[in-house]
Amino acid sequence: MQAELQKQKKSAVNIPSEVETETMISLKGVNKWYGDFHVLKDINLTVKKGERIVVCGPSGSGKSTMIRCINRLEEHQEGEIDVNGVTLTNDLKNIEHIRKDVGMVFQHFNLFPHLTVLENCTLAPIWVRRMPRQEAEAIAMQYLERVQIPCQAHKYPGQLSGGQQQRVAIARSLCMNPQVMLFDEPTSALDPEMIKEVLDVMVELAEEGMTMICVTHEMGFARTVANRVIFMDGGQIIEENAPEPFFNDPQSDRTKLFLSQILSH
Amino acid sequence: MIVNPETIPSRPAPASRRGIIGWLRANLFSSPLNSLLSLSGLIFLAWALPPVVQWVFLEANFLGENKDACTSEGACWVFVSARFQQFLYGFYPDTELWRVNLFFFEMAAVLTWVLWDKMPKRLWGGIWFLTGFPLTSFFLLYGGFGLETVETHKWGGLMLTLVLSLVGMVIALPVGILLALGRRSDMPAISSFCTVFIELWRGVPLITILFMASVMLPLFVPGDIELDKLIRAMIGISLFEAALIAEVIRGGLQAMPKGQYEAADAMGLTYWQGMRQIIMPQVLKISIPGIVNTFVQLFKDTSLVLIIGLFDLLAVMQAGIADVNWPNVAIEGFVFTGFVFWLFCFGISRYSQLLERKLDTGHKS
Ligand SMILES: Nc1ncnc2c1ncn2[C@@H]1O[C@H](COP(=O)(O)OP(=O)(O)O)[C@@H](O)[C@H]1O
Ligand SMILES: [Mg+2]
Repeated sequence: MQAELQKQKKSAVNIPSEVETETMISLKGVNKWYGDFHVLKDINLTVKKGERIVVCGPSGSGKSTMIRCINRLEEHQEGEIDVNGVTLTNDLKNIEHIRKDVGMVFQHFNLFPHLTVLENCTLAPIWVRRMPRQEAEAIAMQYLERVQIPCQAHKYPGQLSGGQQQRVAIARSLCMNPQVMLFDEPTSALDPEMIKEVLDVMVELAEEGMTMICVTHEMGFARTVANRVIFMDGGQIIEENAPEPFFNDPQSDRTKLFLSQILSH
Repeated sequence: MIVNPETIPSRPAPASRRGIIGWLRANLFSSPLNSLLSLSGLIFLAWALPPVVQWVFLEANFLGENKDACTSEGACWVFVSARFQQFLYGFYPDTELWRVNLFFFEMAAVLTWVLWDKMPKRLWGGIWFLTGFPLTSFFLLYGGFGLETVETHKWGGLMLTLVLSLVGMVIALPVGILLALGRRSDMPAISSFCTVFIELWRGVPLITILFMASVMLPLFVPGDIELDKLIRAMIGISLFEAALIAEVIRGGLQAMPKGQYEAADAMGLTYWQGMRQIIMPQVLKISIPGIVNTFVQLFKDTSLVLIIGLFDLLAVMQAGIADVNWPNVAIEGFVFTGFVFWLFCFGISRYSQLLERKLDTGHKS
């Protein structure tokens, strides 16, 4: 395990360390309830342009809920969320505007099974960005090449392996030329031998300076790529720190317990 | 330690698993009980088939003018051939039959255009099917533009059955989709309206709806506007079927994984774009068996218009067997109409199976 972490660390020497000062996402005093269940408690988080945040924490701690609030897949009840200078309100135009700029990758890929890989990638550019089909296809092929599956472009998602599907899902998001990418446990549904191929693509994205928020338990990835690691528990942000101090010198007991649990196997 | 570096080459399956013998063994004689059932089936067929063939074909009379032409023991198909015109066209005037034939022809052509995937420009076929085809059919069958008007009470037979079914299907599918989406809407006004509408129409027998359409609807329509009886039946049948289709579609909507909606939303598609591009294509695909089942039901149920005095295929046949000049042809009449209904329904069903196979993208989740 340790050796593998070292290897991943070395392979990614090109990660930009400078982060611009422009704010990309900010959550201020965000609270959310499911019925009477207080699922997000006073979340404050600012993500600068080009920053890469890794979010971890036990299951049910509200990680997915938090990032799903950023593109309004879930509605928050209190507080303010700004994305790229636009404040999230109930206004549909506002929400659609933000969703154009925010790409999301899901645990279970959520590719459209009735469309080919290429059609999956061109759908949103054609319908949301009003791009001509040919241009959209050219761009899609470019991204499919980047995630190394150009020859599967005319297959259906059901004919691909999990790792390939997740890479298509990443390419599909990138085709919209997003300002931010949200990842919700992108490798948790994958067989071990496919995790690396997806992480490699994500590392490459980070090298290009993409703003990213990743919910993941791949600690090797967090160490090499993240500017900051956030630990959530019970709907709260418990600890937030740069990866080195976060892993080597966790402050809170809950963080220590969590880290000891996931690093012990 | 075991090391096995050689790859074992694939061999063909044993002979007992291949060919006709293999098929028989696997399907008909796989176990003692199965063999017993297969044998009894064969014996039953050997016992029942010959008399049927004899009655239908070998000892039947096919052509003639009247009952006297039926001389042998078998079926009197003379009844069908002598009244064929009525079975097809009802009481449509002799001189205008070419118009119905043209309608039949256009229907066959446009359906081939839309349903056969090797035809060019099928989208235009679909648009014609929903716009030009109904309009031209209306003028052809009813009249206008110099064509003599043929009142709808003269329409009948297979032509009426087809008109009612086509109108029913074409209206019920889109209305049903909208009702299903409406029922799942976040807006309480819309969802309660759709729920009430669906439950009201679905909970009443079609016969009742037809009766109400023919007896009660005129009471609500103001003054001197007289709504044609056929139009009333069409409205009743279409809305009844729309309620059934809505529930089939709603079932499909519920079977869709939540992730599909979320992915569509996350990419910035609007509600209608997401429905049109992502959700509906998949929902319609998984709902094909249910939709086809409803359509087949609708096709057969059109014969209920008999009770409000419209003469569809079945009604024309029943009028025929009541004719004193044609005693004892009830069996022939029912077998023939049954066969025609079956032929159409079987066609719909086979086409839907073809469609399901074609739309299968190897996805199971
Ligand atoms: N739609 C929902 N309705 C009610 N409770 C929910 C819903 N979605 C999630 N929850 C609850 O909210 C909590 C946080 O969920 P989630 O954000 O998915 O956690 P995580 O991603 O950290 O595992 C969990 O306890 C979960 O049961
Ligand atoms: Mg989660």
